[in-house]
Amino acid sequence: MRMTSRGGSAHIGSVFSMADILATLYGGFLRLDSSDPAAPDRDRFILSKGHAGAGVYAALAEAGFFPISKLDTHYQNGSDLSGHVSHVNVPGVELSTGSLGHGLPVGAGMAYGAKLDGRHHRVVVLLSDGECDEGSVWEAALFAAHHQLANLLAIVDYNKIQSLKPVSETLGLEPFADKWKAFGWSVTEVDGHDPAALMQAFRSVPKATDAPTCIIAHTVKGKGVSFMEHSVLWHYRTAREEEFNAALRELSETS
Amino acid sequence: MRDIFIRRLMDIAVADPRIFLITGDLGFGVLTQFEERFPKQFLNVGVAEQNMTGVATGLALEGRIVFTYSIGNFPTLRCLEQIRNDVCYHNANVKIVSIGGGFSYGQLGMSHHATEDLAILRAIPNLAVVSPGTDWEAAEATSALVSRPGPCYLRLDKSSSDAQPRPGEQFEIGRARVLTEGDDIAIIATGGILAVALGASRRLAETGINARVISIHSIKPFDSETILDAARETGGIVTLEEHRIEGGLGSVVAETCMDGGVFPRGFRRLALDGGFACAVGDQQYLRQRYGMDEDAVCAAVQQTLASVDA
Repeated sequence: MRMTSRGGSAHIGSVFSMADILATLYGGFLRLDSSDPAAPDRDRFILSKGHAGAGVYAALAEAGFFPISKLDTHYQNGSDLSGHVSHVNVPGVELSTGSLGHGLPVGAGMAYGAKLDGRHHRVVVLLSDGECDEGSVWEAALFAAHHQLANLLAIVDYNKIQSLKPVSETLGLEPFADKWKAFGWSVTEVDGHDPAALMQAFRSVPKATDAPTCIIAHTVKGKGVSFMEHSVLWHYRTAREEEFNAALRELSETS
Repeated sequence: MRDIFIRRLMDIAVADPRIFLITGDLGFGVLTQFEERFPKQFLNVGVAEQNMTGVATGLALEGRIVFTYSIGNFPTLRCLEQIRNDVCYHNANVKIVSIGGGFSYGQLGMSHHATEDLAILRAIPNLAVVSPGTDWEAAEATSALVSRPGPCYLRLDKSSSDAQPRPGEQFEIGRARVLTEGDDIAIIATGGILAVALGASRRLAETGINARVISIHSIKPFDSETILDAARETGGIVTLEEHRIEGGLGSVVAETCMDGGVFPRGFRRLALDGGFACAVGDQQYLRQRYGMDEDAVCAAVQQTLASVDA
């Protein structure tokens, strides 16, 4: 919240919808070592919805990959922390994204390579719902199922609001779980704001030894701040002073 | 060139398990041998070039040297953003190979003409752009790409010049090759159309004009020195490429001369100008139709020299 308000960046609603997912991933699920960000056996995490990069930067700082003070530079002139997630000079970022539909193909390539080499790390890709409009997502979905990439986990942050309007009014995804199943994936649906349920879902992966897994996380855009929740506005808006203070009050009450 | 490329790649793959070849469901009869010999170093991803390029990036970031293979614009323009954001921004060790530069697939029509690739791809940082003109250059470029870490685009042509290397000649990405000595005019070509430049130079020699024919197999990095020498030492420059006139070889040469402060006495670019090439025909026919055959080169040389004399 502080990062996006200070920097004047957008997408706070998209960050909040996946915050519990990130907290669960970085808070215990992903096997990572902040002192050795390139350790060969680390799990690979790709934020494919790169516009929510502020969330990953914050998670990496909290996990010790770089000093928390670096977060103050987010979106500032001369910073390493761009609005969309970038790996240059940012330890722990596996892949730079920002244009949608790129993360799953690259993650599938990483998973395919790991499988070829008999290695056991996992590849986790977090996508947005609007991102699933992109054909490249489904090219990769076909590929991962065909090659039985059980080491690949796709998580969809299904907050049901995309850039201009609700998903259902833009390019409907339902029946969404059935689509992933039809493409050959094991599918789990979970409350994306219930850390225990998320952790349980993550730990049950792979659900099948011969298929990749998709976890559809039902989430709320702008989660945690009453006036941001379910609102398209907060895909873009930067909190101004009063809004910022009110948001912080609500967040500190719930945390 | 594609058979030469595959043969050389197989020679390298024997000794280097990092070599990995991905096709977007093309290469019938050409890639079979590679697949049979190296089943664990080969993958057909289907007709899905965006995914092909993303998967290649993922494999490369995990330590492989990945070649993506398809024809015409499919491995390049179809997945241009994957090349820019995934391959090049991450400096991934991916070599993008297109069979069919220029009018190689002439009769197949506009969709299969690769005539903007050089201009578009040379604008992307970290990406070397290589366009061999002879079979030897194609083979040597394949080896050189493996030795050179990072992204590269290799544009292979159906046609090629049969010009042989000098004994002991070493190929180097970024170093142009002067194939004939001459100071009257420089003819600078890239790709298989180099054969036309050499043919024209033989005809010109009969009329007493000695042409310096230069093969530019590397559009990027570019050999500025050899070009500036040609601008200084010859009566003018004619560039020849099976590519749009905007942004390709001719543009690189012009930029190089301006940046270097060396101005050729005369200058002509032979390339595809005007609209799309809508006429149906094979590579030879389309070169003639669109003003890039030997007649056109000879005429351009005469005009360039005449404009200098005037």
